[in-house]
Amino acid sequence: MNNMENLYRQVIMDHYKNPRHKGLVNDEHYHTSHIKNPTCGDDITIQSRVEDGIVKDIRHEGTGCSICCSSASVMSEVLIGKTVEEATAILENYLNMLTNKDFDEEVELEDAIAYSGVRKFPARIKCASIAWKAFEDTLKESE
Amino acid sequence: MDANRIKKDFQVFEDETLCYLDSAASSLKPDRVVDALIDYNKKYGVNVHRGVYNLSYVATEKYEGARQIIADFIHASFEEVIFTRGASSALNMVALSYGMNEVNKGDEILVSELEHHSHLLPWQQVAKAKGAKLVYVPLTKEGRITIGHVKKVLSEKTKVVALTHTSNVMGYVTPIKEIIQLAHEVGAVVSVDAAQSVPHQRIDVKDLDADFLAFSGHKMLGPTGIGVLYGKKKLLKDMAPVEYGGDMIDSVEKFASEVKDAPYKFETGTPPIGEAIALGEAVRYLEELGLDNIAAHERELRAYTIERMSEIEGITIYNPCVETGIITFNIDGVHPHDAVTYFDGDNVCMRAGHHCAQLVTRWLDVVATLRISFYVYNTYEDADQFLASLKGAVAFFKSVGF
Repeated sequence: MNNMENLYRQVIMDHYKNPRHKGLVNDEHYHTSHIKNPTCGDDITIQSRVEDGIVKDIRHEGTGCSICCSSASVMSEVLIGKTVEEATAILENYLNMLTNKDFDEEVELEDAIAYSGVRKFPARIKCASIAWKAFEDTLKESE
Repeated sequence: MDANRIKKDFQVFEDETLCYLDSAASSLKPDRVVDALIDYNKKYGVNVHRGVYNLSYVATEKYEGARQIIADFIHASFEEVIFTRGASSALNMVALSYGMNEVNKGDEILVSELEHHSHLLPWQQVAKAKGAKLVYVPLTKEGRITIGHVKKVLSEKTKVVALTHTSNVMGYVTPIKEIIQLAHEVGAVVSVDAAQSVPHQRIDVKDLDADFLAFSGHKMLGPTGIGVLYGKKKLLKDMAPVEYGGDMIDSVEKFASEVKDAPYKFETGTPPIGEAIALGEAVRYLEELGLDNIAAHERELRAYTIERMSEIEGITIYNPCVETGIITFNIDGVHPHDAVTYFDGDNVCMRAGHHCAQLVTRWLDVVATLRISFYVYNTYEDADQFLASLKGAVAFFKSVGF
């Protein structure tokens, strides 16, 4: 039978219903990345502002499933205030966790650990990673 | 029709928990179709039309035999059946060969928001390249193409009418025979996307008087990588090939060459031989079942399912009055991708997304939809399994706060 409870954890539902840092800004200090998953219609835009090597702000906007939309919100909460190095380490660990690769358990994923259940739903890995990949793009742009 | 017996013809149903409701995307393949494909590759896996040896003769006979089976199936002549990679490539061929040469500046091409991307984007390209105008047949409130609505936009300027026979999202059947007649009255040529109709109802291209009609093997119990373009002999005669190369030429000179007649001028290079032969086998199987029986079976399952779905609170059915076996719906407030994961947990396979028809998803004013589709092997037990899972899904998503 279904083991959906592993996927739809409380943290995920909370961020889905009450997204943090939602809405884009019109500010040249932000770098923007827009990713679309045309098969399911997920469509996410991520903005980030990096100053002095620190992630000062992350904004997000888009449409998609609960896993996709909530992960953008969770990511913004987890990564704002981190140095670029810390954020990059968390990002790599998070993506490795989703895809069942080895990951460094020393790196604190904070609330993003709620997505560990996604591993058991391979068809949903894309949903959980799209916002993080978009953030990764904005980092590359700000280099 | 005894779908429980039919299930035994498909090895995939050894998994008795499998509830496969995504045949509108791709049907499953019966063992005898798979065997035909394997037989070709194992026993006579050589090229056609080339070798002057017995094995190549056998392969050619089987390949051309499949063409005859398919021609008989849709009431076409042998030389009007072109093997393609699939319906997409067949529809592209019409646009690229007929469209690019016959459509001129100021001409109008009639399409609809129900079109699959493979029947819309090629005509968008023709319109752009030739300075023609794409005109959309307005849909009814229910989302249908009607004769009346076609009349509103059809004119002397209409050069091509490109419409779906059965919508892959709404499941509605277009009154294509009458539309073809109207189109011919203004001198337009009609391209029919029959990918969702040929597997499910009897098609007679002569009776429809269709100019072009395309379908895919993998939606009608055949393999992937094979499809068919039917074209009227007199139209194919004057059309230029889309691809040039081996097997499609009569004679080659240094600066000019003569191409073969249809269908061969449209089948460049080595075709998907085993796939064509296996599609022929799929058609024989469908004919044994009887297309009228198949259509009736799907109608019964759809009626049974929609009746029970409408008793469930918290879902929206977008095509409650559909006449085919396609049901498109959503669980209110739940993104289809969330929902489909729940169904997957119950081994109920269905489609979630925009089904390669973004215009109709937009027309419905939703981000995406869920779709179930019935076929020959689906049973009332499948419908019940789906309905139980649907009830479970509605309750689950409510419980976690959707």
